[in-house]
Amino acid sequence: MNTSPASSFLQKIIERRWLGKVFLLLVTLLAAWQLVSALQTNPLLFLQQIVNGLQLGFVYALIALGYTMVYGIVRLINFAHGDVFMIGAFVSFYSVTRFQAHLWPKALLPGLPDGVAIAIGAIIVIVISMISCALLAIIIERIAYKPLRNAPRISALITAIGVSFFLEYFAALQFVFTPNFITYKRPIEVVTWAISANGIVPLRGNAPPEGSILFSNIALIIILTSIALLLGLQFIVRQTRIGKAMRAVAYDKQTARLMGINADGIISTTFAIGAALAGAGGMLYAIAFSQIFFWMGILPGLKSFVAAVLGGIGSIPGAFVGALIMGQAEVLSAAYISTPLRDAIAFSILIIVLLVRPTGIFGEPEREKA
Amino acid sequence: MSKRLFVVFSLLVVASLVLTACGGAAGGDKIKVAILAPLSGPVPTFGVSTRDGALLAIEEWNAKGGVLGKQIEAVVADSQCTADPAVNAANKVIDQDGVKYIVGEVCSKASIPVSEIAEAKGVVQISPTSTNPAVTVDPNTGKTKQYIFRACFIDPFQGLVMAKFALGQGKKTAFIMYDKGNDYVLGLAEAFEKSFTEGGGTIVGKEAYTSQDTDFSAILTKVADSKADVLFLPDYYNIVNLVGAQAKERGVTAVMMGGDGWDSSDLDLTAADGGFFSNHYSAEDTRPIVQDFVKRYEAKYGSKPDALATLAYDATNLLLAAIEKAGADDPAKVKDALAALQYDAVSGKITFDASHNPIKSAVVMQVKDGKVVFAESVAP
Repeated sequence: MNTSPASSFLQKIIERRWLGKVFLLLVTLLAAWQLVSALQTNPLLFLQQIVNGLQLGFVYALIALGYTMVYGIVRLINFAHGDVFMIGAFVSFYSVTRFQAHLWPKALLPGLPDGVAIAIGAIIVIVISMISCALLAIIIERIAYKPLRNAPRISALITAIGVSFFLEYFAALQFVFTPNFITYKRPIEVVTWAISANGIVPLRGNAPPEGSILFSNIALIIILTSIALLLGLQFIVRQTRIGKAMRAVAYDKQTARLMGINADGIISTTFAIGAALAGAGGMLYAIAFSQIFFWMGILPGLKSFVAAVLGGIGSIPGAFVGALIMGQAEVLSAAYISTPLRDAIAFSILIIVLLVRPTGIFGEPEREKA
Repeated sequence: MSKRLFVVFSLLVVASLVLTACGGAAGGDKIKVAILAPLSGPVPTFGVSTRDGALLAIEEWNAKGGVLGKQIEAVVADSQCTADPAVNAANKVIDQDGVKYIVGEVCSKASIPVSEIAEAKGVVQISPTSTNPAVTVDPNTGKTKQYIFRACFIDPFQGLVMAKFALGQGKKTAFIMYDKGNDYVLGLAEAFEKSFTEGGGTIVGKEAYTSQDTDFSAILTKVADSKADVLFLPDYYNIVNLVGAQAKERGVTAVMMGGDGWDSSDLDLTAADGGFFSNHYSAEDTRPIVQDFVKRYEAKYGSKPDALATLAYDATNLLLAAIEKAGADDPAKVKDALAALQYDAVSGKITFDASHNPIKSAVVMQVKDGKVVFAESVAP
């Protein structure tokens, strides 16, 4: 034991755990003060940025749910999930460009009004990409994860990273998808509405009127679709037999098996549902940014993972709330702190959560299992 | 039958090769110019355009009676856009063929090692399209390489051109978006900011992003709020596509402007609609010298010349004009003549600055109704 005065002073500081917390509190207060002052100087601009963050947050929510569901049931962080999201985007792109899936209702039932036909067409496209991703996830689970069910957790984690790389470079092959960026024309026209005290006016290439907030039909589609899917998921988990079985397996796999639940089937179903949500997220992302490429899943995947941890990994409402917070954190830090730092800030949230509340907002402390 | 045809054809090829070789050996009073072009490797189309442009220039000079009363002989070598093959090709043409003048290479990473050989052996080199500053200036000493020139402008120059163009269009305020990690973008953005403020404009905002970003909503909301006249975005087409599409959703009315990174068949013409970007050259340029050149090139090769062919044509012409002005087949005199040359080239009036970079005009292209059209030629 070194007893020089300097080192014993350091020792004392390290022992005071609250020092770190005070520092974090200061940083948080500083950020909050920055945001409040931004709100005061230009409240409309601030609200507009919140709307921008919502659009991003809802896409993250769809991906984060997959992470959290899979973690809840098999305690595996499925790093390939972001790449399933990428596959979903590509599948929706090809089903629109190659197979014109969005025009099928019009071709089959020419009598349908245009608006209804394109809405049904969009639902067909989203269902195609959800089903493809669900099938892909079942295959991945059977081939890569199931044989490792009883192996140490680290093995499954490393396998997940391997699967992630495999999906990326497989998609980059010329005869699978493509190694290039694809930019495309959206199948629907973008309409932006300017919402102000004087009512709602569509914006047609001209400057928005004073004191208005812009809201595009893209944002509307993303938010409504996400909410519908989230409600559907909540229904499945809370109200159906499968949902009940999923919760039972998540709670205790061995006992659930003894009660006659097909645990492997339930695990596959969980993977499939999570992947289907990521597939839908991929399509929405592709609509929002009209550019896809084989690495597009990495960053949204990582950020959604942070969102899931922030909300409390394993908790479905937690993933949703965490994703909305991530969307806001990213857009607001880009708007008011620094754009190049936005990812750094997003990921430092992960560090802060792990330091201050490792179980996340909605998470329960880890149960010790016998 | 086909076999016999093949044999006859091969004999013809061999005969022609032998004859050319004879011509080369016999003609001691010829001026040899080497063309180093990447005819194989990653960018063979660049190489073919460069070779064709340079050969057309040489052919035209020969038809006029050559330079200093001597015919010009082209020595074409494949340099593959890669350092090692380019060095081998340069050594071969200098030591074996006795060439004293080199047009090439296309790629900076091949031009830089070639320039070191040329400088050491006292051979004049002019690169048509290598934009890296280290081609003409030694990065270690900061001194200009005496024998090395280029025919294209370097990247930051486009920022100056676009600032001038924007001010000329009556634009007063500009917002700059740039990728902090990309030297090309950074160079253009800095040059634009400097020239635009010097010309009386105001930069109302400057935001950085990273090349992995896809969501630009936060920045674009700021751009819309700033009510800037111009949004300067000197990045490659993939970022331009993303930003352009999102800008329209966020109510941005600023005119988008950028550099030759926009020049791609993958540029989303709807997203970039109404935008302007600078480039080296346009076949639609209305100046008579351009239209004459396009006609001659099309007559010989059957296609419109691209920027590479045009710059190779200009580079060769610059070199030959300098030899004529020097009045002697001596690289030491030719390099001085070239540094002091004023030449009316296809891609613009060219003079060289102290770093052997050309000072010349650039063209500004506009994205309009799903097409990229020539807007105007801007002199610095």
